[in-house]
Amino acid sequence: MKTFKTLIIIFHLLCFNNLYANENSERNEITKNLRCLICQGQSVYDSDSDFANSMKILVDKKLNEGLSDKEIYSYFKEKYGDWILYDPGLNKNTYLLWLLPILIFLFGGAIIVKSFIFKK
Amino acid sequence: MKQKLVPYSIIVIFFVIFLVFYKSLKDTNIYTPEVKINNDIPIFSAERLLSNESLDSKEIFQLDKFYILNIWSSWCAPCRDEHSILMDLSKSNKFIVIGMNYKDNKKNAKSFLDELGNPYEKIIIDKNGTKSIEWGAFGVPETFIIYNNKIIKKYIGPLNQELFLEIQNLTK
Repeated sequence: MKTFKTLIIIFHLLCFNNLYANENSERNEITKNLRCLICQGQSVYDSDSDFANSMKILVDKKLNEGLSDKEIYSYFKEKYGDWILYDPGLNKNTYLLWLLPILIFLFGGAIIVKSFIFKK
Repeated sequence: MKQKLVPYSIIVIFFVIFLVFYKSLKDTNIYTPEVKINNDIPIFSAERLLSNESLDSKEIFQLDKFYILNIWSSWCAPCRDEHSILMDLSKSNKFIVIGMNYKDNKKNAKSFLDELGNPYEKIIIDKNGTKSIEWGAFGVPETFIIYNNKIIKKYIGPLNQELFLEIQNLTK
């Protein structure tokens, strides 16, 4: 009887392996990269506004239809513009945003090289 | 010469920073999505408010006619304000006014229409808000002008007398 009880306890402990706190991880990944337009500064994932909740339902629907995350992003981009994405693509409006860090890095690197290496 | 360069450049840098911050003092941080014109309307099917049948978007929007799609809700106060404008637009016979009832319950929506009148030829229900997102809306009220299955104009927020005249001129 005692071994039977321990077996039952072990069996139930093993069952917890299948529990995840986060069951719709793909949807969460996508909604974390979408900006909520009502409470700006929050992602759709974080927000609990009416708009964000509808967005979550729509993302689920699109995933069920078999769309990939990139297709979903471009779908929302077409509707609301680049601003809805936290990670905007490279285009004529955002090239400064993407290239400025690289330029600053190169510029700073040039200063360092000039003042430390060539001085010697 | 080199000694003078440092304070001058510091002054210039601070001046530039000051200008940037001063300019952004007046900028609003609230972003409203750019209005995309000449987008095709989404294809959908939806339940009607006043009867239990469902409608396809193809049945609603026909070619060569001007349509106004108005997203409204009985709990939305600005919708109440713009309702008289919609009544006038529906009376002008230039437009067919379609309503989209956003996240509302049927009883409240019906009593709203009983109280203020019904400008809509057809009313479809958007129970969970996904249909209005497919249209590119993000709240109530929003109004779309549709011609030949394309969105030719979009208004965020309530309509007023000025916009009424603007909409009237669109058909010309």
